[in-house]
Amino acid sequence: MGKKTPKHHKHVEAGARIVDFGGWDMPLHYGSQKEEHHAVRTHAGVFDVSHMTIVDLKGEQVREFLRHLLANDVAKLKESGKALYTCMLNEGGGVIDDLIVYFMNDSWFRLVVNAATRDKDLAWIRKNAEAFDVDVNERAELAMVAVQGPKARELAAPCIDAEWRQSALDLRPFHGMEAGDMFIARTGYTGEDGWEIVMPAAQAPAIWDRLIAAGIAPCGLAARDTLRLEAAMNLYGSDMDETTSPLEAGLGWTIAWEPDDRDFIGRGPLENMRADSSRRRFVGLMLEDKGVLRNHQRIVVEGIGKGEITSGGFSPTIGRSIALARIPAGDYDRAQVDVRGKLLNVRVVKTPFVRNGQVQIEV
Amino acid sequence: MSELPGDLLYTTEHEWLRREDDGSITIGVTDHAQAALGDFVYVELPEMGQEVDSGGDMAVVESVKAASDVYAPVDGTVVAINESLADDPEVINADPYGDGWIVKLQPSGEIDEGALLTPDAYQSLLDEEEA
Repeated sequence: MGKKTPKHHKHVEAGARIVDFGGWDMPLHYGSQKEEHHAVRTHAGVFDVSHMTIVDLKGEQVREFLRHLLANDVAKLKESGKALYTCMLNEGGGVIDDLIVYFMNDSWFRLVVNAATRDKDLAWIRKNAEAFDVDVNERAELAMVAVQGPKARELAAPCIDAEWRQSALDLRPFHGMEAGDMFIARTGYTGEDGWEIVMPAAQAPAIWDRLIAAGIAPCGLAARDTLRLEAAMNLYGSDMDETTSPLEAGLGWTIAWEPDDRDFIGRGPLENMRADSSRRRFVGLMLEDKGVLRNHQRIVVEGIGKGEITSGGFSPTIGRSIALARIPAGDYDRAQVDVRGKLLNVRVVKTPFVRNGQVQIEV
Repeated sequence: MSELPGDLLYTTEHEWLRREDDGSITIGVTDHAQAALGDFVYVELPEMGQEVDSGGDMAVVESVKAASDVYAPVDGTVVAINESLADDPEVINADPYGDGWIVKLQPSGEIDEGALLTPDAYQSLLDEEEA
């Protein structure tokens, strides 16, 4: 039996199929993964993401500490509530985790990290914080939901206290705000507009009920995965891990190289990899033949070399199979994938595959 | 609770088979299997006339979630394939025991019913898996 979120009994009542995810009992789907996927693309869906780990860092040196700990630079964050997506690297430049950091005020930043990496993340953060005047405080008493889709904010707004409602609706993308004992951010993991809402666990079941009553579809982890794949958002443990540099996981854009004297963990090895023109590409693939691309399938680029699918699946929005993959360096846009011994044709495409309900690639 | 017709035989791999009057057998996946795998998006069918061995894989059904082999429950020859599944694999979700059938085999020998499950035995298997 895994850990249960404050909304667990709500999922069971709604007929959810429950699976283990990073030690948590989480809803996989509530009937049809595809319908949940389409609900988010065309209307609104809500995900229980209370398994995500929220860590508050407070202290006089918190900014200085995070400029050392994270590959992106929190010096970019000047406005309260502004968020930044970043990797946390090990000394070798491998990815310990990817996370979102929110700037709350000069002595308080909030991190939202993955559930499956919680223990090692906290250990790494605490170990590196020792040299700084920073308190590390996991907020396990908080629950989180993500409401996502073109109608998500409009439908969820009545659940926000009237005092804060308009400010919440006025939030710009990748900004968050405190709203009484809630924290609301215009972020997500689906490629659609929406909010992620953090709240005390005790309030979570009632808020969940209100969101569902407002016409927002309950969605499970299965739809979350196909949505994030279409949005070409990386999944930790699948697209990158401690043996992968962000440069080979399509996350080069999250590394703040400037100023060049900022000494963030992993910088040295990363500088060397940056100069290496033979490093692997991280790309989107679309399957031109019939079939479904899956994680770990082998990619063959004739005359060049081999690669691997890191996240593959069926795109409900496009109606074709798509994937994220690491492939050998080189200038080419055709490859083949070994699917049960048959070589199927794929095309290298620019990601994201889908954004704000619209297919972005040529099918 | 998944649907479980009383006139079929079942396998531990969550397939069903029906003995037809002409001696052939029709094979598909059970309601339980389609519910567990979720929305089907692709089916890889065998060739007509292909010979299959009991326990060997003869087709693949892929849902959004995962790929799953369909095994031959008996030795035999493929005498029909449900070609409509190529364009409409979701028929398996909608009607797993009817229009969602997958393959028809002509068994090469006697069918060993002892190796297959009666509806009651299959129900017991499902109950065990649930527990």
